[in-house]
Amino acid sequence: MSAMVQQGTGMTSVDTARAELMPVQPESELQASARRARTRSIIWVWVGRAAVAVFVIGGWQLFTQLKWVDSFFYGQPTKIWDSLVTLFTEGTAFGSIWDQLWVTVQEALLGFLFGSIAGVIAGILLGSNRYLSNVFSPYIKILNSIPRIVLGSIFIVAFGLGIFPKILLAGVLVFFAVFFNAFQGVREVDQNLVANVRVLGASPFQVARHVTIPSAMTWIIASLHTAFGFAIIGALVAEVLGAQKGIGLIISQSQGRFDPNTVFACMAIMAVFTLGAEYLITLLERSVLKWRPPVRSEAQSI
Amino acid sequence: MTERSSTWVTTPPSARPWPLGVADDAARIDIIGLTKRFLTPKGEPFTAIQDVTLAVEPGQFCAIVGPTGCGKSTTLAQVSGLDKPSSGSVQVGGHIVDGITNGVSYMFQADALFPWKSVLQNVLVGPVLLGTPKKQAESLAKDWLRRVGLSGFEDRYPHQLSGGMRKRVALAAALINNPRILLMDEPFGALDVQTNAIMQTELLGLREELRPSVLFITHDLDEAVALSDRVVIMTSGPGTVKDIFDIDLPRPRGDVPTLRHEQRFIELQTQIWESLRDEVPRAYERTAGVAA
Repeated sequence: MSAMVQQGTGMTSVDTARAELMPVQPESELQASARRARTRSIIWVWVGRAAVAVFVIGGWQLFTQLKWVDSFFYGQPTKIWDSLVTLFTEGTAFGSIWDQLWVTVQEALLGFLFGSIAGVIAGILLGSNRYLSNVFSPYIKILNSIPRIVLGSIFIVAFGLGIFPKILLAGVLVFFAVFFNAFQGVREVDQNLVANVRVLGASPFQVARHVTIPSAMTWIIASLHTAFGFAIIGALVAEVLGAQKGIGLIISQSQGRFDPNTVFACMAIMAVFTLGAEYLITLLERSVLKWRPPVRSEAQSI
Repeated sequence: MTERSSTWVTTPPSARPWPLGVADDAARIDIIGLTKRFLTPKGEPFTAIQDVTLAVEPGQFCAIVGPTGCGKSTTLAQVSGLDKPSSGSVQVGGHIVDGITNGVSYMFQADALFPWKSVLQNVLVGPVLLGTPKKQAESLAKDWLRRVGLSGFEDRYPHQLSGGMRKRVALAAALINNPRILLMDEPFGALDVQTNAIMQTELLGLREELRPSVLFITHDLDEAVALSDRVVIMTSGPGTVKDIFDIDLPRPRGDVPTLRHEQRFIELQTQIWESLRDEVPRAYERTAGVAA
């Protein structure tokens, strides 16, 4: 632009600038420039993400290297990488890492599945029936106030070291996260819509199918993100408390051997798995909630 | 607008057993000594409407006008059967209303559209709830969208439409089951003046065809006179019927904005305003007193 301004000898610089701006950009060019701007902003986000990773991991490596922080207690990124490699090449004392991962994933997924189904059903039942919710509300509050991790010990005593008590603990953690959202979602249903379909002759079952459940879906899906985190926590904690297989078992064994690097390596493995699952939940969210106006709040994109 | 109304005459496949355009006795509404009390949050009884008696002939368009809080909506809820009267009764077609009344459609001021359903899906909810096969319901819904001038918008979601278009969808959804009785609670209240006038004209046209009995709540006197055969004035605290006016403007009435300049329209409007005039400040004073 500045080169053009200098060339325009006869005109003032403002006129030249205006003449430059006047011709309307063709549609395709507008689109292309919008696309370029979008690509640029995506690139910058990834640059930022990489910078954060370099800063944290690099700092960690640097501080432990300089002995400001003792790597015996806090691990060191390069050593964590070594133990990751060891885990995948040599396996663990209880079999290959894939075996362990599969057990934990199974527990977390089944716990997530059963917990969220139970949470949705209970939330919708209690949300749409005032009598039931009045009867059960003190008990729900009592159950919710129990530190649920402690339940893990009880489940392991009662059901042994297999995968069932882990599924149960993960399920209980997931249940409450989903239940409260489903309950609230049902309570927020537009009463005009309910009245409308009732007048059109809908049975209570049809009201649930056409109004209550789809309307509560926004709330339920939002809770699934947090709930999945809880499923992983439930499975891992129950494994740490007592197990024959699983990532949690590796963590507790490494803790016994004062080996923080393997603990961190296990965390990294679970992080990768969680990111993948989180992506799938986001896909589900997009397909179920495709009717929503685009991005209502920025918080949803996190 | 008038050109389009001529295409509406084609009889649609009906989800209802009774014929179109003919008002039978089943569409008669008799409200007899209707009283409704609520419990306030403090636990005190509050009388919303008291001893309301009013009849709507089959196929008649009856508007209820009155100040805010005079129990207009409460009356409508009793007719639909969504709510039960404290005393008195509502009869539709000679049968006392107990539970949801058959063959009723309700249109609210806020859009009662499903935000997660497309326009087409929204309209076909009515026939689907009656057990109409999906294919048939779909073609019926498409036909109705054409009648309200929304062909080509079938796949949009409600949030992608303007306020007036959403009202058209709601109107199609309310009329698709060919209701005997149409209950409208300030349906066009939230629209701008021009869209409001268009929707009124459209409603007049569609009503000529289907001839349901209509109970229409509004606070707009012009709207009440332009659309209805009978205007009921309600007073507040507790809600009772004050006056009933018969509107003898000839039908079909055509375009609503033009109608407003006719001599007879102005006479009727003035006459009804006389009756309503004392009510408005009274209601205002009372609510202001509560607020103070």
